[in-house]
Amino acid sequence: MITVRNLHKTFNNKIHVLKGIDYTVKQGEKIVVVGPSGSGKSTFLRCLNLLEVPTEGEIWFDGRLITDPRTNINEIRTHMGMVFQQFNLFPHLTILQNITLAPVEMKLMDKTEAKERAMQLLERVGLTDKAQAYPAQLSGGQKQRIAIVRALAMNPKVMLFDEPTSALDPEMVGEVLAVMKELADSGMTMVVVTHEMGFAREIATKVLFMDEGMILEEAPPTEFFGNPKNERLKEFLAKVL
Amino acid sequence: MNFSVLWDKIYYNFIYEDRYMMLVKGLGNTLLITLGSILLGIIIGLFLALFKISAENNKKFKILGILSNIYITVIRGTPVILQLMIIYYAIFVSAKDPIPVAIVAFGVNSGAYIAEIFRAGIQSIDKGQMEAARSLGLNFRTSMQLVVLPQAFKNILPALGNEFITLLKETSVATVIAVPELLRGAVNIRNITYEPYITYIAAALIYLVIVVLFTKLQGLLERRLSQSDHR
Repeated sequence: MITVRNLHKTFNNKIHVLKGIDYTVKQGEKIVVVGPSGSGKSTFLRCLNLLEVPTEGEIWFDGRLITDPRTNINEIRTHMGMVFQQFNLFPHLTILQNITLAPVEMKLMDKTEAKERAMQLLERVGLTDKAQAYPAQLSGGQKQRIAIVRALAMNPKVMLFDEPTSALDPEMVGEVLAVMKELADSGMTMVVVTHEMGFAREIATKVLFMDEGMILEEAPPTEFFGNPKNERLKEFLAKVL
Repeated sequence: MNFSVLWDKIYYNFIYEDRYMMLVKGLGNTLLITLGSILLGIIIGLFLALFKISAENNKKFKILGILSNIYITVIRGTPVILQLMIIYYAIFVSAKDPIPVAIVAFGVNSGAYIAEIFRAGIQSIDKGQMEAARSLGLNFRTSMQLVVLPQAFKNILPALGNEFITLLKETSVATVIAVPELLRGAVNIRNITYEPYITYIAAALIYLVIVVLFTKLQGLLERRLSQSDHR
C-alpha cells in the first residue's frame, strides 16, 4: 500500500534527519514506530503524506508515485488520515463543523451525508453530546478522539498517528488508545509513532526501531520485545521498559 | 461668555442658513472615504501579506515577496499628505471628483500598514492548523480561507480597529486637495463666519463621537467572535 524507497530528508541543507529509509506497509498492517527522540520517526511519518517534502527518494501510495510533483497530493491526502500530537482541532469551529469541513469541501459527501457520518463516528467514540461544543470546551482526551474521528470522516485507506498520546494527561491516554485499538481491530491500516510500548506489544503487526535517521530493526512485537538483536535497541528497551 | 451668547454663536455658525449641512455632508464624505479606503486597504494588505508569507515558504513566489516589501517600505517611509498630493496632482491629473482619488490614496497607504497587521495575524496561528487542514486534503488557498484566516482575523481585530480609527482622522488631510470632507466643512463655515473656535471644536467633537461609537461597535464584534473561546 505504501512503499518508501531510499528516503532522505535534510533540513536547511545541514541537519540530515532521514538517511535512507526503505519500507513497505501492506494493507491491514499496523506498523508501530519507536525510537529515541530526534531519531527521525516523526519526520518519517510526516513524509508519508508529504507534510515534509523528502530531499531524496520515492514514496508510492496505491501504485502512485506521490513524490512526483505532478501527482495531485491533495487528492492522495484524502485517503490518508493523520492524527497529530497537539490534536490541531480548528478552535473557531464546532466539533461537528470540524468533522464535516473536509468531506464537504473535498466534495466526497454532501452536507447531510457528512453530518450523518460524523454523528455515527461520534457515537463510536461516545462523544455525540459534544457535537455542538467548541474544542476549547473539551478535555485533551476528548480532543484527540475528535481528531481521530475528523480523520476517519474522510474514509481513509490508512491512518497515520504522530505521537497521539504524548500531549495527554496520563489518565486520558487510555481512552485514546482504546479508540485506536478498536480502529485496529476493524482492519484499518495504521502507522503509529508512539512511546506507548504496551500499545505496540498488543496491537502492532510489526514494530520498527528507528535511530539516527535509519530503521535499525523491524520485527513482530513478540520478537521485537522478547529477542531484540540490535545493540542500540537493547539499550533503548532497557531504558523504557 | 454666558449661555445666550454661546447659543447665538451656535445659531449663527450652524443653524442660520442651514450651515450645519456642510458638516453633515462633510461627515458623510469622511465616512465614505474611510470605509472605501479601509476596504481597499484590506484587499491590498491581504494580498501583500499572502505574497510575503508565500515567498517565505516557496521560492517560486520570491519576486512577489520582494515587490511587497518594496511597496510597504515606500508607503510607510513617506508622509501620507505627499502620497495624496502625488496621486492627485501627478497621477489622476484630470480627475474631476477628488473623493475617489482620496479613497485610492488612503487605501494604497493603509494597505501597507494592514499588510503587516495581516502578516502578524496569520503568523500568530499555530502551524499545526495549516498542517491539519492540508492533511485532510484541502489545498493551500482553502486552508487559508476556512481555517487560518478566520482565526487570524479574530486576533487582528483590535489592530484593524485601530487602523480604522487612525484612518478616519487621517482623512482630514484630504482637505488639502479640496475634498469636501468633515474638516473642510468646518473650514468652509469658518470662511463665512470668521469664527474658528466654535467651528473647529464642533468638527473635533464629531470625530470624537464617531470614534467612540465605532470603538463600542468593535467591542461588540470582538465579544461575538470570542464565542468559541468560552469553556
